[in-house]
Amino acid sequence: MNHIAPGARAGIYHYDEIDRQFVAERVEQFRRQVERRLSGELTEEEFKPVRLMNGLYLQLHAYMLRIAVPYGVMSATQLRKLAAIGRKYDRGYGHFTTRQNLQYNWIKLEDTPAILHELAEVDMHALQTSGNCVRNVTTDPFVGAAKDEVVDGRVYAEILRQWTTMHPEFTYLPRKFKIAISGAESDRAAVRIHDVGLLARRNDKGEAGFSFYVGGGLGRSPFVGKLVREWVAQEDFVAYLEAILRVYNQYGRRDNIYKARIKILVHELGLEKFTQEVEEEFARLRGPKYRLDPEIVEGVRQHFAPPPFEELPDHSEALERAKAADPAFANWLEVNVAEHKAPGYAIATISLKPAGGIPGDATCDQMDLVADLAERHSFGELRVTHVQNLVLAHVKKDELYDLWKRLDEAGLGSANAGLIGDIIACPGLDYCALANARAIPLAQAISARFADPIRQRTIGELGIKISGCINACGHHHVGAIGILGVDKKGTEYYQITVGGDPTLTTAIGDILGPAVTETEAVDAIEAIVDVYLANRTGEGERFVDTLKRVGHAPFKERIYAAD
Amino acid sequence: MSAKDRSKEGSMKAITANRLRDGEVVFLGEGGRWVESFAEAALFQRAEADGVLAEAKAKAEREQSGVDIYAFEVVEQNGIPVPATMRERIRTAGPTVRLDLGKQAA
Amino acid sequence: MPLIENGRIGEDAWSFIPDGEPVPNDRPVIISFERWQAERDGFEGRNAKLGVRLKSGTLAGAIAADLDRFALVAVEFAKFRDGRGFSTARELRERYGYTGEIRAVGHVIPDQYLYLVRTGFTSVEAPEGTNPESWANALTEVTIAFQPSLDDTAPLSLLRRKLKVG
Repeated sequence: MNHIAPGARAGIYHYDEIDRQFVAERVEQFRRQVERRLSGELTEEEFKPVRLMNGLYLQLHAYMLRIAVPYGVMSATQLRKLAAIGRKYDRGYGHFTTRQNLQYNWIKLEDTPAILHELAEVDMHALQTSGNCVRNVTTDPFVGAAKDEVVDGRVYAEILRQWTTMHPEFTYLPRKFKIAISGAESDRAAVRIHDVGLLARRNDKGEAGFSFYVGGGLGRSPFVGKLVREWVAQEDFVAYLEAILRVYNQYGRRDNIYKARIKILVHELGLEKFTQEVEEEFARLRGPKYRLDPEIVEGVRQHFAPPPFEELPDHSEALERAKAADPAFANWLEVNVAEHKAPGYAIATISLKPAGGIPGDATCDQMDLVADLAERHSFGELRVTHVQNLVLAHVKKDELYDLWKRLDEAGLGSANAGLIGDIIACPGLDYCALANARAIPLAQAISARFADPIRQRTIGELGIKISGCINACGHHHVGAIGILGVDKKGTEYYQITVGGDPTLTTAIGDILGPAVTETEAVDAIEAIVDVYLANRTGEGERFVDTLKRVGHAPFKERIYAAD
Repeated sequence: MSAKDRSKEGSMKAITANRLRDGEVVFLGEGGRWVESFAEAALFQRAEADGVLAEAKAKAEREQSGVDIYAFEVVEQNGIPVPATMRERIRTAGPTVRLDLGKQAA
Repeated sequence: MPLIENGRIGEDAWSFIPDGEPVPNDRPVIISFERWQAERDGFEGRNAKLGVRLKSGTLAGAIAADLDRFALVAVEFAKFRDGRGFSTARELRERYGYTGEIRAVGHVIPDQYLYLVRTGFTSVEAPEGTNPESWANALTEVTIAFQPSLDDTAPLSLLRRKLKVG
């Protein structure tokens, strides 16, 4: 295999021969599995879990292939390969997902082994991006760069990636299993809506440890993850997860797909009994075999050593000049750029949410451009966020203006990170076989309605999240405004919720009233915004805070007044 | 009987699948052939659809031709048979947000 | 039904005796866990080997106290997607120190064979007409593992390792 190393600079786990051999073997294995399916040796029922474990779904129009981007971090080389595959085997674009992965929508089963082979050339694969196994472990997209970081989540996410890869015991779980890690003071990884959410902390000796939240998840029955253990020492990290998974594999429900996630087990057993089962299993497992050796942690940490930052003054004259000269850039800077821990550097969010656009979609040309910009400005590395944007984590402040100009020319310069235009939307009925209603057209209509960047700034932080069915891939339950598409006798309707929160203060939104049509939904969102602006105490009061203070009544009155 | 004639008799059904090899949306056409265009799909009375569907499923599994086979409802709009639900309309045409893609682009 | 052992079709010395049918005393037989519970005293003094078959919902703990009576534990997979059996085998080996044969019965597919071996199964009852080549390949097509294997007592010094199965 022609191997193209993904660039030996920042933030990428570097495969060695063992890793490469593994992925190559899995590609060959899948090639044979596809042959066995095409020859009829495997039935569709038997092949389905096999293809799902290789990231291949059957959707409305074709197969969909979901590529793993481990913890959302990849190199410019890898992104360029994704662009090349999108051109050769798909229709010239890809879709970045809330699981920090990338998916193609128009894939042929018979091409899949060749695609996986090409991915392997840049140390990528589609393993465990679907199926009832442990999925891609996600983390903070600002990892390794954020000023408020305490523990580097990539190190533990990579350890888990390895630990869960083809885990012999936990590959046929009752249902899928999602783990997220956050090692910063702010939670940018929505940890408490995951099956297992980990908050990495340090004790007073400076040692890393983890708070384990278990049983979070959205879908038909949304739950906020519950604290099962406040402190699990680093050396017990793998043993504790193994204990949780074993309890889940043995006791999780298998009689009803809607009750099979671990959240239902935690709910039905009760937190106390569940915790007791886990603790008993943990007490047995704890021992030399499952102890996470500090040398492994150090070995993995080497892969994520800080890039060679230059010593720079924190203040950039060039930046100040550009800011004064170009108000559109100044606005982007204010909205899309975050503080970096290294002086003179900044974290730039590339919005994949142009007004009226499809959230999370990027053309292959755009991917190539971002790869170039990552090489030029961010040590050849980039991240995918769970709100379907991209991040260049280590940009010199001096270079931000150049970066933004290039992005803006390519339609990637929207200044809306965290604002009302930064909408999460699942693919919905336009692509997805499970959906009941479309999600993208509504996202397009709302972002077009609020296209004015000044108006967006005035409204401030307000996350809209749209799902096309109750599976909640669009995270609608935790949207400050959430929208759920439903089907009523063949017509699409949208149910609006308010007050959801994906951060450490996780909250599930409340339904505001009866579902409305698509056109009504856009007006209803605008009405909600108007009521908020009329009621807030000042620019500092966020939508969710106003909502808490004034309650639902004023919003309901405005939307449903005519009924 | 052509698709058009049959649909006048009220609610009808068409049978669809995704082709195993490439995932392309296909419809059961006249003579048990799978066709790519809904315009060429055979339409069945509700009563006969179940039998045809079972036969098509068994045949597809034998020949490894199609997967996820099911029947869906077809109604008449302005004299033309169209799928009754948005989901099936999208499958017969392509994504409503990318008119340049899918069958509608051909 | 063909018995798969060490990646090959092997001789099956065992037979399963359905509940209610007389149990022969002169050859190795497998009985259901339910029968064992109901008729355990009747097996006192038996010389020929005895095996027990656990339904997929019966966890290792249920049979733990009686393991020394059985030369074989058959773990049933109601559906190949129902992966409880992987934990059952692992618990039998790791927690209860069982060293006899553990056999996968019911619905399993060759693509699961490596997982079965790695969690402690020694044999698999495969469906009639199965392709032996697929079972043989399943043990050799992936040679890397990211978890310690059952006989690995050393501390977790490396996550990635070459497998020594098959």
